[in-house]
Amino acid sequence: MSDINTIIKPENLIYKRTDVLSDNDLSYCPGCGHGTVHKLIAEVIEEMGIQDTTIGIAPVGCSVLAYNYLEIDWQQAAHGRAPALATAVKRLMPEKNVFSYQGDGDLAAIGTAETIHACNRGENIVMIFINNGIYGMTGGQMAPTTLPGMAASTCPHGRDVSHDGEPIKISEILAQLPGTCYVTRQSVHTAANVRKSKKALRKAFENQQANKGTSLVEIVSNCNSGWKMTPIKSNEWMEENMFPYYPLGDIKNQ
Amino acid sequence: MAKAKGAIVVDTVRCKGCGVCTTVCPTKVIELAAEVNGKGYHYAYMANPDACIGCSNCGIICPDTCITVYRAKAGATA
Repeated sequence: MSDINTIIKPENLIYKRTDVLSDNDLSYCPGCGHGTVHKLIAEVIEEMGIQDTTIGIAPVGCSVLAYNYLEIDWQQAAHGRAPALATAVKRLMPEKNVFSYQGDGDLAAIGTAETIHACNRGENIVMIFINNGIYGMTGGQMAPTTLPGMAASTCPHGRDVSHDGEPIKISEILAQLPGTCYVTRQSVHTAANVRKSKKALRKAFENQQANKGTSLVEIVSNCNSGWKMTPIKSNEWMEENMFPYYPLGDIKNQ
Repeated sequence: MAKAKGAIVVDTVRCKGCGVCTTVCPTKVIELAAEVNGKGYHYAYMANPDACIGCSNCGIICPDTCITVYRAKAGATA
């Protein structure tokens, strides 16, 4: 043990919790990707030195409490309306860095209209989209992004595409719109993917500073409570089932 | 050949015992403790401290950001 104590010294520190994260304990379930994405946003904000000029738009869903966890200014939008509120904030204060943080139920179901029109107008904002294929907060109901055959509390025998349609690939749809400059799909289930996601988030914020238009960063994430799996099992399930339908990588990069 | 030596400090009060850090550790340093913390979670700890290379994979993936990582240059410690 004395060996470890010789390593644990301030000069050897290589990774620590960023000060942009608050001291509050996250309300998310153990292993939830939300926490990792919050951390990445905080680190990008710290590295870019934009803590004082960043305004986040919190959604409705599990991450409704995001304003408790990042030490920046926040607004709380009605369900799905984060892109509309982000539009207003950015237009009134164009010098601020504005991002919305939304889940799939928020961005791809209830807020589809706001999402599509904000992207079509090319609003100069960052949209961070957490896709876990389910309504996590309200009890694991089927979302538009739920996979075919995937069980949810409102489709206990699995999603029937003849009845409910195919899962919506909203990022591919948004990439068609001329207003978007950067659309990418990432994940945070391995260390390499976390690093890639951080680069994508940084690029999105840099696009905003360069007035390039709307940047959308989709993070395919787990919902181990909603999927009724352990955190580790849910990450494996995500790799096997989510990624074939939602392939990772840049969809649009201009 | 001397490898870099690493060490982690886990905030065991904040840790929720999800175990994601155990899957990304290339040298299998981290395990979940048999004991539980105040919230009832089996927190992560260095079960195999000598193998740690200070890669910081565990720190960057931890959803609750409760791992601090240190690394000493090779040869800096006995």
